[in-house]
Amino acid sequence: MNEKAMRSQRKWQTIIWVAIILVFTYLASDITNFNIIHGIATLPNAITWIFSNLTITSETLERLPKILEKLAETILMSIAATTTATIFSLFLGLMGSKTTGTSSVLGVFARFIASVARNIPVVAWALILLLSFGQNSMTGYLALFVGSLGFLTRAFIETIDEASHSAVEALRATGSTYFQIVFKAVIPQCLPQMISWILFMIETNIRSATLVGILTGTGIGYSFDLYYKTLNYSAVALVTFVIVISVIIIELMSNRIRKVIL
Amino acid sequence: MTLVEVKNLGKSYNAQTRVLKDVSFEVEAGEFVSIIGLSGAGKSTLLRCINRMVEIDEGNVIFDGLDVGSLNKQELRKMRTNIGMIFQHYNLVPRLSVIENVLHGRLGYKTTLQGVFNRFTELEKEHAFFLLEKLGIADHAYKRCDQLSGGQQQRVGIARSLIQEPKLVLCDEPIASLDPNSSEIIMDYLKSITKELNIACIVNLHQVEIACSYSDRIIGLSKGNVVFDGPSFMLTSAHTDEIYGTKTVETRKLVTV
Repeated sequence: MNEKAMRSQRKWQTIIWVAIILVFTYLASDITNFNIIHGIATLPNAITWIFSNLTITSETLERLPKILEKLAETILMSIAATTTATIFSLFLGLMGSKTTGTSSVLGVFARFIASVARNIPVVAWALILLLSFGQNSMTGYLALFVGSLGFLTRAFIETIDEASHSAVEALRATGSTYFQIVFKAVIPQCLPQMISWILFMIETNIRSATLVGILTGTGIGYSFDLYYKTLNYSAVALVTFVIVISVIIIELMSNRIRKVIL
Repeated sequence: MTLVEVKNLGKSYNAQTRVLKDVSFEVEAGEFVSIIGLSGAGKSTLLRCINRMVEIDEGNVIFDGLDVGSLNKQELRKMRTNIGMIFQHYNLVPRLSVIENVLHGRLGYKTTLQGVFNRFTELEKEHAFFLLEKLGIADHAYKRCDQLSGGQQQRVGIARSLIQEPKLVLCDEPIASLDPNSSEIIMDYLKSITKELNIACIVNLHQVEIACSYSDRIIGLSKGNVVFDGPSFMLTSAHTDEIYGTKTVETRKLVTV
């Protein structure tokens, strides 16, 4: 009896939720003039178009060396942006962490920089910096640098807070100086976690570098944009393919490194 | 000779609660003193006021003739090299080797750069191995600390504090995370430190029986007040009832009678 009542109550709850979701979906698509039926109906056509146009032909393979050169440029820029950002983030992280922070003013300063850098998307940074630095690789580098700085600072603060509190206390009690504590307790303890974050940042930056490159006219993003605008779709397919492969390779490599160090 | 003198010590973390109220006692060189009390009675705070890991609000702590509360940064660092500290959770750097952790105890004697670049003298290294030998963990010297058992890690902690060549060792519940066997080993080592090296030990403890059997003197703390201070044999069930806030249990009375 009781179980029956509960079941029917459950049933009603489900019906009500489904109804609410349907109403919202309808309202949302009505407001935005989005026709879901039409969208689904065009799907087969779109897939046919992709397979007939975005194919890699032997002709485009001749462009491969050039594309790989651009890809290398993008990857190196991502790594450069990440490594330089790491150095600055390390200091900001030490300043912002509760365990190693020396003053609350510096702590607030570090957290403020981190949140400003992080909460503005990398693409927006690229557009903002484009105005002052123009279309060159410096702009792309700076955009990635700022984005990485925000993310890594945040990650480092958390890592330091989490990993090293007890050892810091012990070294403080032995009369160690601040930098002795940082180099002998904090860094040895946090290093694997930090390297893991840095590898993650390099992966993310290679992905964003493509997008940033479209805006700043550098690297693989520029190749993509160029071929796309000249309607050379098979070259676009090749560029996309190369990006996907390189991202997968980088991911596999960093997973491997993580396994070894952690 | 009086090594530590605590005078009218008071400490509060916020306006409402005073953790320590007017605490006064003295500790002689080479003395083994246990501080017992409930969790939250102020034991850890009291211990950390002695080497000023927490700031002193009221009163004074005099260590070896120095007023701890009024030292500047440089003087405080120098004073801390004379006070070893042992923790409940060992507070080692788990990813570093045993010997590296032991040598951390010498950092207080080094300049920043010497410390950062591991410039330890041969003498210091030999001393470290000598201590590990004494504590029976020399075989593990090159192992990472997180591969050791709790009892072994605590012995690394003891070695780290002894290599400082301290006059006083503060132990914050050194055996609270250990099994009875390891606890006994650790307490025996602490006892021998005071006997052989004439280093004073102030130990926070939960176990009254252990406190009674090892220490020369017991200080009972309740809600930030010293409610008992005397030789271990003077501690009666009436005192422990006051310290732990329990009603006198019939059976316990029978045992003492």
